Amino acid sequence: MASEITTSEYIKHHLQNLTFGQKHVETDPGVWAPTGEWGLAMSSEEAAKMGFWSINVDTMFMSILLGALMMWFFRSVAKKASAGIPTGTQNFAEMIIDFIDDTVRGSFSGGKNNLVAPLALTIFVWVFLMNLMDLIPVDLIPMAVAQSAGALFGVDPHHVYFKIVPTTDPNATLGMAIFVFLLMLYYSFKIKGTGGFIGELTLQPFGKWAMPINTVLETVTLIAKPFSLGLRLFGNMYAGEMVFILIATMYGAGLVLGSFAGLLQVGWAIFHILIITLQAFIFMVLTTVYLDMAHQEHH
Amino acid sequence: MNINATIIGQIIAFAVFVAFCMKYVWPPIMQALEERKKKIADGLAAAERGRHEQELAEKRAQQVIHEAKEQASEIVAQAQKRGNEIVDESKANARVEGERILNSAKAEIDQEANRARDELKSQVGGIALAGAGKILGREIDEKAHTDLLDELVSRI
Repeated sequence: MASEITTSEYIKHHLQNLTFGQKHVETDPGVWAPTGEWGLAMSSEEAAKMGFWSINVDTMFMSILLGALMMWFFRSVAKKASAGIPTGTQNFAEMIIDFIDDTVRGSFSGGKNNLVAPLALTIFVWVFLMNLMDLIPVDLIPMAVAQSAGALFGVDPHHVYFKIVPTTDPNATLGMAIFVFLLMLYYSFKIKGTGGFIGELTLQPFGKWAMPINTVLETVTLIAKPFSLGLRLFGNMYAGEMVFILIATMYGAGLVLGSFAGLLQVGWAIFHILIITLQAFIFMVLTTVYLDMAHQEHH
Repeated sequence: MNINATIIGQIIAFAVFVAFCMKYVWPPIMQALEERKKKIADGLAAAERGRHEQELAEKRAQQVIHEAKEQASEIVAQAQKRGNEIVDESKANARVEGERILNSAKAEIDQEANRARDELKSQVGGIALAGAGKILGREIDEKAHTDLLDELVSRI
């Protein structure tokens, strides 16, 4: 593929999600009109024109697939979990769960809460699995999907996009962050009461005479939490993916650069193992800390 | 790279996974872990208790052995004492018996001696009478001199 398209096109191709939405056509240069049909976007411009009511099929498919895989694994362990001597998969699952439990106990002090620990487990494992897709060679699955789609549905493989790392899609990371934000709001209202929560937003940090400033500051602080949470993960994964793509473009540049790219890719992948684990861990810990803050009566 | 409805889909998917994890994954595994912790703690406590009991049993055994030794020595002492007593008693009995036998023997001897003496007296009387009769001839009437003879016999 790299020989048929330019490097910039190659990169763009890899950064485009497979988007399903209302089809648009370019009637004049720069002017797009909806056709009234629904289908997959054939270019990034068309995907952009589809507006909010479109779905990134690849993101949804991969994230749900990985999530289901994770749940299947843990459920199968949970079903035969016993207090006896653990073996094989149970050992592995217990190791993860013990680790999560310790971490949550360390950073969450809001008393008994049945949600936080399972939430942390889901976040950690799910985000880790989604990030892990980053280590699969960038062209492997997109190419397979494009070719099979071309063979099965007769579409031009060049216009079939597929991003296998859901966390490089801001929709995925911000979606998770928004869910965390909703939980934060829920617990804030539940624990502190409406008055307490509003008081926290308006009476700090300067006392009641500076209420407008307080409100602005605290609201920004509040909104910044989910945004930073989601964008941190997205930014790290997007940048990592970008580096992989850039390394991949070097494979088409001759034997010397190609073998150098091989070395680079291995090196970056090894380094990336750290990043994907770390980002999953950070997302989990910050979620726990935010929920802990939502449980605190006073700051 | 556009924000679109995927974000809603992700929220829903995330919520479903969290709910599933919260309901079907976390509690059973945590329960198993807790149970194992409890089992281990119980096991350790039982081991501790066992060791304590063993110590107690050893102490009790020592005590029993000590008591048994004491009893044994007491029994031996009593037996020795009893043995001595028996020996003393038999000695005393033997002495008494000996004396008795001796006395009876002496008595018998005396009796025999008396009887012999009596016999001898009577024989001596007879002999004296016979002798006197021979010496005096017929003159001595047995009936008339019985008193004399008796006096003579009693004097011998």
